[in-house]
Amino acid sequence: MTHHASASTASAGKSHTKRTRLIGLVGNPNSGKTTLFNRLTGLRHKVANYPGVTVERREGRMQGHDAIRIVDLPGCYSLTPRSPDELIARDVLMGWVDGAEPLDGVVVVVDASNLERNLFLASQVAELNLPTLIVCNMMDVVSGRGDAIDLELLSERLGAPVVGTVGSTGVGVDALRSAIDRMVDSTDRSGDEADWQPSESKGIGSLSWQPPHPTLSPKKGAGKAKADGGEGKEAAGGGAENRDKASKGARPAAWHQDERLRRTTSEVAQLVRDHRLIGPAATDALSLLLLSPGALNREDVAHIHLPEACRKTLAAIHERVHAETDGRASAFMHAIQARYAWLSRVVDEVQTRAPEKVTISDKIDRVATHKVWGMAVFAAMMGLIFLSIFSWAEPLMDGIETVMGLMADGVYALLGAGMLRDLLIDGVIAGMGNVVVFFPQICILFLFLALLEDSGYMARAAFVMDRVMAGAGLHGRSFIPLLSSYACAVPAIMATRTIENRRDRLTTILVAPLMSCSARLPIYILMISALFPGNPWLRAGIMFAMYALGTVTALLMARLFKRTILKGPAPSFIMELPPYRMPQIGTALRHMWDRSKLFLTEAGTIIVAISVVLWALAYFPRMETNGVANGAGSPVGRVSPAADEEDAAGVAAIPSPVTAPGEQLRQSYMGRFGRFIEPLIEPLGFDWKIGIGLTASFAAREVFVATMAVVYGVEDDADVESSPLREQIRNAAWPDGRKVYTPLVGISLMVFYVLACQCMSTLAIVRRETASWRWPIFMFAYMTALAYAGSFVVYQGGRLFGWG
Amino acid sequence: MTLDQLTIGQEGRVEQLDASCGSAARLMEMGLVPGTAVRVVRVAPLGDPIDILVRGYHLSLRRSEARGVTVGRVDTAGAAT
Repeated sequence: MTHHASASTASAGKSHTKRTRLIGLVGNPNSGKTTLFNRLTGLRHKVANYPGVTVERREGRMQGHDAIRIVDLPGCYSLTPRSPDELIARDVLMGWVDGAEPLDGVVVVVDASNLERNLFLASQVAELNLPTLIVCNMMDVVSGRGDAIDLELLSERLGAPVVGTVGSTGVGVDALRSAIDRMVDSTDRSGDEADWQPSESKGIGSLSWQPPHPTLSPKKGAGKAKADGGEGKEAAGGGAENRDKASKGARPAAWHQDERLRRTTSEVAQLVRDHRLIGPAATDALSLLLLSPGALNREDVAHIHLPEACRKTLAAIHERVHAETDGRASAFMHAIQARYAWLSRVVDEVQTRAPEKVTISDKIDRVATHKVWGMAVFAAMMGLIFLSIFSWAEPLMDGIETVMGLMADGVYALLGAGMLRDLLIDGVIAGMGNVVVFFPQICILFLFLALLEDSGYMARAAFVMDRVMAGAGLHGRSFIPLLSSYACAVPAIMATRTIENRRDRLTTILVAPLMSCSARLPIYILMISALFPGNPWLRAGIMFAMYALGTVTALLMARLFKRTILKGPAPSFIMELPPYRMPQIGTALRHMWDRSKLFLTEAGTIIVAISVVLWALAYFPRMETNGVANGAGSPVGRVSPAADEEDAAGVAAIPSPVTAPGEQLRQSYMGRFGRFIEPLIEPLGFDWKIGIGLTASFAAREVFVATMAVVYGVEDDADVESSPLREQIRNAAWPDGRKVYTPLVGISLMVFYVLACQCMSTLAIVRRETASWRWPIFMFAYMTALAYAGSFVVYQGGRLFGWG
Repeated sequence: MTLDQLTIGQEGRVEQLDASCGSAARLMEMGLVPGTAVRVVRVAPLGDPIDILVRGYHLSLRRSEARGVTVGRVDTAGAAT
């Protein structure tokens, strides 16, 4: 921080016309920050991730001011982070993100209709000694209620300029732009001033505005953001006078009055300075953090190196506070209380309130969270989302498949027969198809999620469902991702970002693929229609049982994970229920687009790469002679004589002629692998041909059906409905003449697909969302083990009962 | 009494937060500090999280979290009991 500050001062002095400025936009969730960001940048911005984490970073140039860039920091409630998002916001503000550009100023967005709570963060940020501008957003809600806010007085009290806006209509945004411009200008002009100097060269307390106690000091008073002319007043004060003014709420740190609290905080601040833990600008913020409960073990201050001596002193201070308050409170809590006491006075001063009325939000909530109607509304909403990702996406996905087919046809026509053509069509284009086919589902789900989030219903959905999810050790917010997972785990896993707690989020990600997604449906249908002819009730019952198995397993595994590898304190459900608001369609569409694009570029590359590898495994080694009709006479790639015989027997049992593609697949590496794992999967009732199907369908579960068609040499576009494939399955036999597919094997196979993570796209998206290969590998391993165990129990257990 | 014992519509004033409870600090940051007036507005359909009005906004929290907040009843006349 220290070097950052001096560096920016130096460069500002030299060439403040050339350098672009970076302004951070920070605020509480639901403060309308993102809408304002879109207004300021005119919806032109870039989205990326912060290095190593999956928190999105949005940055754009301010419209009409190309030299000013704005970065939209994740929403947060305070500078003591509780989620990865809040951690990033805090670290960027403090200048703790490695390699990140320091901020040249901060714009704090405040929901003016919820002033007191929003000012908590605003006042903390204002103390960071960065040029700060405060935006009172949603002023229309304030006036709509018949309230009024004296922005000038507020500005005086907070020691930072205040601008009023209405983000939804754009009122005040021009004024905000010029205020930001002025803030940047004043930073440039004051670049030579010495007040950015580190404390060691200047000495705390030497400034006229410095209060007598070198504590959580209101350095803001001399800051560069004094566009409102409060500087003189602040500078004039000193000592007791200053404190008197403070008690009236005249300065940023005026919340800080209690003698005992002052002593504690000043001790810690002194400690921070003595050990030079951080630059002077952030001393107060770090001091507060070190006062917070369990500060010495907090993960989020881990990268601040605490020398042993410092650690000891700090521990002693914590102990003393603990003793002084009989263990009931901490200095940190005391500081929060003092800040709120001050903010209450400020708000009383600046805000005039009309008598309280029943709001529209309250009226909606009487229905939306009602015992009976609330559940009905929730069920209807979920039904709508579920239906839309399940069925509305269908025509779009068909369209995409048609386009991919046309592309493949084009390549087929352009290139002569050969490996390149096969690679392009069956590897690259098929892989791209595997990526874009998710696009409609992702778009629809994220459009809904954005609209639900913006409207305020998302918080209600979590409120209504929390009790259910708590049973599995999860948070109410896990419900929607798990439900979406019935359609597809990929968008569902992307939707877990709304879960604040890292452990809850990981648990939800890990169990989401257990919900039966739409790609399993073709396998269920194939097995049920081939092996359970007749009784429609039995068929429906089996189908339902598969869905139930996935759901119950997911909830049980979530409980297990929360008690073992992802053990932690019980998830907290401290969540704001924001007022209902009309969602901004532009913001929602933009959000949808950003997410979908990130999926295409990041998960997409992994999926295409795996597709090409799978293609190569099925393509090599090449058969020397094409069009060999007799499987037994195939010259290459026989693993063993035993396999040869078995193959011959298998082929003999099939009445239709074996085609070349089938033969090629059987003797490819993938085919050999299928044979290789046969001893392993035999206890599940599977033969090597199913082994090939299992291997190939790692690309996507529904590939199983097409692969089996190729393996059995069923020609033409074989699909679930094609009776030749069903016939083949019914007739397939082991070398000794036993049928391969008994109803029990069918169930065993379905159970395997319910529980196994046979989906590279899921693994790719988990890799992207957890920013490491550790979790996707773990997911694949535990799900495969679960699937194996499940199938084993079903098949062997069934045989014991004589069903085999 | 504790916050989870208030029934729908009842008002209370926060007296103390249990510092040993992991969520105490966050509850305070969200505005629930000693002296703050709170009202239980509604309870989720399945009986668990509760919705309270604090500093003019709605906050939901689980009963287990509300148990760490000691409150004094404030009846409609405004007298603490």
